[in-house]
Amino acid sequence: MRFWTLIVAALFLASAWTPAAHAADPLQIKTGFIRQTHSRETISILDIPAKDDGIAGAQLAAEDNNTTGKFLNQVYTIDDIHLKDGDDPIAALNTLLGKGISLIMLDLPADQMLAVADAAKDKDVIFFNTSAPEDSLREENCRANVFHIAPTYSMLADGLAEYLIWKRWNKWFLIQGSHPEDKLFGDAIRRSAKKFGAKIVDDRTYEDTGGGRRSDSGSVQTQKLIPVATQNAPAYDVLVAADESDVFAGYLPYRTYDARPVAGSGGLKPTSWDPSHEQWGAAQLQNRFFKLASRGMNARDNQAWVAMRVIGEAASRTKSNDPKVLKAFLTGPDFSVAAFKSQRLTWRSWNQQLRQPILLGDGRMIVSVSPQEGFLHQFSELDTLGYDQPETKCKLK
Amino acid sequence: MMCLDRGFFFRRALLLTGCAVALAAPTPGIAFTAYISNEKGNSISVIDTDKLAVVNTVKVGQRPRGIELSKDGKELFICAGDDDTINIIDTKTFQNIGDLPSGADPELLILSPDGKLVYVSNENDNLVTAIDVATRKEVFDVPVGVEPEGMAVSPDGKTLVNTSETTNMAHFIDLDKREIVANVLVDARPRFAVFTPDAKELWVSAEVGGSISVIDIATHTIKQKITFEVPGLDKEAIQPVGLAFTADGKKLYAALGPANRVAVIDTATKKVEKYLLVGQRVWHLALTPDGKYFYTTNGVSNDVSVIDVANLKVIKSIQVGSFPWGVVIGK
Repeated sequence: MRFWTLIVAALFLASAWTPAAHAADPLQIKTGFIRQTHSRETISILDIPAKDDGIAGAQLAAEDNNTTGKFLNQVYTIDDIHLKDGDDPIAALNTLLGKGISLIMLDLPADQMLAVADAAKDKDVIFFNTSAPEDSLREENCRANVFHIAPTYSMLADGLAEYLIWKRWNKWFLIQGSHPEDKLFGDAIRRSAKKFGAKIVDDRTYEDTGGGRRSDSGSVQTQKLIPVATQNAPAYDVLVAADESDVFAGYLPYRTYDARPVAGSGGLKPTSWDPSHEQWGAAQLQNRFFKLASRGMNARDNQAWVAMRVIGEAASRTKSNDPKVLKAFLTGPDFSVAAFKSQRLTWRSWNQQLRQPILLGDGRMIVSVSPQEGFLHQFSELDTLGYDQPETKCKLK
Repeated sequence: MMCLDRGFFFRRALLLTGCAVALAAPTPGIAFTAYISNEKGNSISVIDTDKLAVVNTVKVGQRPRGIELSKDGKELFICAGDDDTINIIDTKTFQNIGDLPSGADPELLILSPDGKLVYVSNENDNLVTAIDVATRKEVFDVPVGVEPEGMAVSPDGKTLVNTSETTNMAHFIDLDKREIVANVLVDARPRFAVFTPDAKELWVSAEVGGSISVIDIATHTIKQKITFEVPGLDKEAIQPVGLAFTADGKKLYAALGPANRVAVIDTATKKVEKYLLVGQRVWHLALTPDGKYFYTTNGVSNDVSVIDVANLKVIKSIQVGSFPWGVVIGK
């Protein structure tokens, strides 16, 4: 297990700001970050995660919070625990608890996330899920001590579906990978089709037969494989791929048997963030991130940034580091956070999922942002994305 | 999308695009000149306020947003954000006669009351910079919160206010000491600040928070928050940005962004008295020197709406360049 302690702000405290605030010691807002290493098995070399994938976003937000903290006499720190294969996340949790840390960001697979949340059930600890998209974590397995920043599979699928419907691309050819998480995303896409009236005209599985992604003659074979995998389909408008494991979706564009656009895990992707997003002041965040990390900000980086900004928002508004006070603010009527997504973001009170627009990007630029015009909702148009309150299985405990 | 000012399309334009249309022509008088910065057009549209038409389009630096006139009206200062500079444009010849060293990504600027200094917010550096107009040299800078944007100078010229969009504060800077003396936390993404003419209050718009905070200058506390409600519009779509008082100071006009409306607020009671339908995504607004008309920049519909202050009516839309953002009006 490796530990990095990030203390950005202490240096700033020497400089004079408001004389009145100087009298007291700064309020310490100590946070933790527990993360697993992300898979390096990606189809595109551009998607291989950096060493600081995810956490870099939280580090940037800590810098942002500390700039604000100079004026409020607050200091934000992150204790980063990077798990290796086989490391026990509960031990990491206990390490953080031992340091008196009660605000913890998690970048963990769903099962580990649940185990960590349940291990701290009786303590005043607030968790922020920065990466796991499983709907079950917000539905039957929801937990009162977890706030979800990452959008769910159903939110992502609905965000894509609204755009495809707006385009009148109503006939979908679905290809799903053979891993459990591919099925979760595939099921979310099937649910979206039903919800918005699209028709899945063909539904296939693409078997992962193993092997690495890198080779010196890859394109030659791929060029022949993908047309075969996509031929003999009934007439369709768009090929939708559910490939969370990055096995085949990246190969689909330009290689399908029929000349059709690709969406889902390849081609036009629904996401919380993309390095090419620049609307609504996002260019400023992208610039700051590039300066810090020497790379573009991806969805995991951004979700971690939002998590740390949520902590900053709560601590700066309440002027407190007490998890009870912070939780009351987070679940209260006054909470919202600005995240360069055109509007304020708030929680779904019934499962503590962050409401958010879904970006649709092709990796070069943002093609559209859902919810689409005309998809109405009696409370918030953002609630046209994903499971809504009337259908929730969550009982927060 | 164009705003059509033909009766035939009247109802449709109002309903669908949020465009308002010509009801009456303004009374001819002394013509003023309105300068519009076109964020994506990299240009300035020059409008003759008598003709209600664009009479010139001037190429400037990249991503022009903040725009101000020198006190004598002879020079335009334009923040060219992507060029990391401020262009100085001669208002007679429309030639670029120089630049001011703004620092990285200048967005908004404001002149000191005596016109000698320009204050700029640098979004990428978390700094407010003061530049001497005569020498074109930086005089000092003050570190502020994350993503500084809105700028206001008190009528006595002693206090500069800057709003920081991600820190969510109004920073009060003492210009003699050149340091921050107070910070007031407001709602999310504060974009613009303006002092009341009596200098007793500062009004700050929060774009994402959807509110205007009225700050008492004597105590540096928020005495009231103004929120908005437009039937049929999501609360999230109401995003106040630009603010401007009428000449008598009795009303404040607030541009509400994607709500496609300008709110007219009574300064004393803080009550919203009317919503005026303008073009799409209204950013900023400026008053003609005679106090009779407001010009609003509508970022998405690429036009400017002209509001008749006496009759509380939008009288004209004028097509300008691509993504109009800032506006300043001179004699």
